[in-house]
Amino acid sequence: MNCEESLALMHLYLDGDASEEEAQQLREHLKTCPDCNQHYRELKQTESLLSGAAYELSAPAGFTASVMANLPKEKKRVGYMRWFRAHPIITAAAVFFLFMFTSVLSAWNSDSSVSVSKQEGLIVENDLVIVPEGVTVKGDLVVENGDLDIRGQVDGDVTIINGDLVEDPGAKVNMASVDNISGEYQEIDRIFGWAWYHLKELVTF
Amino acid sequence: MENIIKYHIKNVKKGDHAAFEEIVSFYQNKVYHIVYRMVGDSHEAQDIAQEAFIRAYTNIHSFDENRKFSTWLYRIATNLSIDRLRKKKPDFHLDAEVKGTEGLDMYSQLAADQALPEEEVESMELQSYIHKEILSLPPKYRGVIVLRFLDDLSLAEIGEILDLPLGTVKTRIHRGRELLRKKLRHV
Repeated sequence: MNCEESLALMHLYLDGDASEEEAQQLREHLKTCPDCNQHYRELKQTESLLSGAAYELSAPAGFTASVMANLPKEKKRVGYMRWFRAHPIITAAAVFFLFMFTSVLSAWNSDSSVSVSKQEGLIVENDLVIVPEGVTVKGDLVVENGDLDIRGQVDGDVTIINGDLVEDPGAKVNMASVDNISGEYQEIDRIFGWAWYHLKELVTF
Repeated sequence: MENIIKYHIKNVKKGDHAAFEEIVSFYQNKVYHIVYRMVGDSHEAQDIAQEAFIRAYTNIHSFDENRKFSTWLYRIATNLSIDRLRKKKPDFHLDAEVKGTEGLDMYSQLAADQALPEEEVESMELQSYIHKEILSLPPKYRGVIVLRFLDDLSLAEIGEILDLPLGTVKTRIHRGRELLRKKLRHV
């Protein structure tokens, strides 16, 4: 072994990377080479001085408290984001309902004009839909944002959204006109009922 | 210990402030040690060590819980130290000697009313001498030398902290060790 090889081996040995055989070779060489022996002893001393200096220094007193006091104050938004990340399903559901609710609400507000399902023989006067006397409307009748006055017959279901069934002053209240409906009659004027109706429509078709 | 740390980190991720306090108090000495050995000045070291913990806190979501937390934390600390050294590089080597002699800072870390035995003073002088010599190493050797003697870190872990291949870590340790041998052989 020459001195260059010996030097490389010294570092391997100090790293704990030398095999038993290599260590033995190194020991043999150090016995015969005073220069390498000196070099090795200096390295060994350096190592022990360094490991002596590696005793852990202490952080200044109050260090932890100082770190804690200097942590960025979490913005509310960050807090929400953290919560959303932790609860993806609830978040998805919340977003879905938010969209649902806003679209329903805007639809509710925008549909202020009267609309009626298309059937022949109906008369529309302002917000009043009239089924004239002697006329029989075939099929389901839907009136939205308007009142309905049935003087004739409706051969199907009647639904009034955001409106009333007009009672003929002379007739025996609306039972009289309800009698003229062959199918079911329902009146919806609450937003949830209205939303439920549309949702049901959506699902059944 | 590693498991307790993992448990605390889970809680920090859930937004538990107090859990982070546990982490800081557990690692404060090691992080401070690394940074102090890297930059040499105790005020600066405190500043950087604090910054390291704050960064760890704000980036805790990017920490992969399957890995070792200490490696991640030390990496933040060494990167911040190296950045700081880079910023003041022009004058750094000129006043490295002056900074290195700040042995007084180590006294100031001891309780004031505690009288120092004679030999402890002597060993303090030796320690500050060694500290000065470590600081006189170019930063790339300093990093591996400081980490090597801390916390039983393996060479592979040192490579991970400094983002260096294992071979490079070894070469730098050998080189740093040779440089220090020349400086410390007459101690």
